[in-house]
Amino acid sequence: MTPSPIAPEQRYSALAMALHWLLALAIVGAFGVGLYMTGLPFSPARLKLYNWHKWAGVTILSLSALRLLWRLYKQPPADLPMPAWQALAAHWTHGALYALFFAVPLAGWAYSSAAGFPVVWFGLLPLPDLVSPDKALAETLKLTHKLLAYGLATLVLAHVAAALKHHLVDRDGLVQRMLPALH
Amino acid sequence: MKTLSTTLLALASAAVMALTATPSSAAQAKPATVPAVTLLAAQSELGFISKQMGVPVDGKFKRFDAQLSFDPKKPETAKVAFTIELASATLGAPEFDAELLKAPWFDAKRVPQAQFLSTAVKALGGGRYEIAGKLSIKGQVRDITVPIALAQAGGTTTASGGFVLKRLEFKIGDGEWADTSMVANDVQVKFKLAFSGIAPL
Repeated sequence: MTPSPIAPEQRYSALAMALHWLLALAIVGAFGVGLYMTGLPFSPARLKLYNWHKWAGVTILSLSALRLLWRLYKQPPADLPMPAWQALAAHWTHGALYALFFAVPLAGWAYSSAAGFPVVWFGLLPLPDLVSPDKALAETLKLTHKLLAYGLATLVLAHVAAALKHHLVDRDGLVQRMLPALH
Repeated sequence: MKTLSTTLLALASAAVMALTATPSSAAQAKPATVPAVTLLAAQSELGFISKQMGVPVDGKFKRFDAQLSFDPKKPETAKVAFTIELASATLGAPEFDAELLKAPWFDAKRVPQAQFLSTAVKALGGGRYEIAGKLSIKGQVRDITVPIALAQAGGTTTASGGFVLKRLEFKIGDGEWADTSMVANDVQVKFKLAFSGIAPL
């Protein structure tokens, strides 16, 4: 019943795990808030959620930079045995996920700048505007941010589905690579 | 009966006198005023910066007017009356501008204009002045002091200045918006007003 246990060297590092789960939570949260807030009428709640969403986006962006640097410094464990096409699909999905970790928040930040609302991280740190205020550009960036976010959501679902498939069908212990050893 | 007709006649003649008297007294008042000072709207700006959760948001008024009598030799006799069309406020986004008109913010239907009437003008030297007066917005009246600097180029005199307005004193952003952690109480107002017809400083 239990998937085959994996050796410690086959696990991701503790920092990689921490960043993976923290970012998973942040990205799902920011996506959910993003979907919900756009439907709200003009209100303090809407203003609050928009700002939280922006703060979360900048946090995701900076943690993703840290995560990428760490990944370059400390290589992930080697692939588990699996058909070549699956390994290739996994690598391409991971590459695209990383690209979107940066592209989605950057598009959102640029959209906020173009709309004339600078981002002030946690209400304390004013960030530079990525572009000058421009209504037409703001509309384009809004759509870009939205489409990229949907793209990211799709890839996250594919990623979760693949992980579940490894866990429930292949039972190869792959998921444990991203979980701390409990014993 | 007789008394009533006499009263009516007296009233009528008084009314006629009043009507004929008005234009002549106005005509007499005219030569006493200095050359007409006119606000050059196209070269003037009235903006404000509010802070929403720490984010500075620029806004401006598109329509405003000023009546000014100002003799550079006797600045203390200067009078300023400034009116702002609240419905002309914009944050640059139509969905926000529509909100600004509503009751919690400018309530532009009930009291369409904000007004500033000077009560005292003090020259500080070097083209700088301090104008004290009463600012009324949304039926709330407060005393404010506005420092301004005058600069002249060609026939145009530009008055620039600014002050911090406490929005809650004027009930701007009332009700659920009164929370200053969402929208700061301090709103930075800044202006650049161009006038023609002011005598050389």
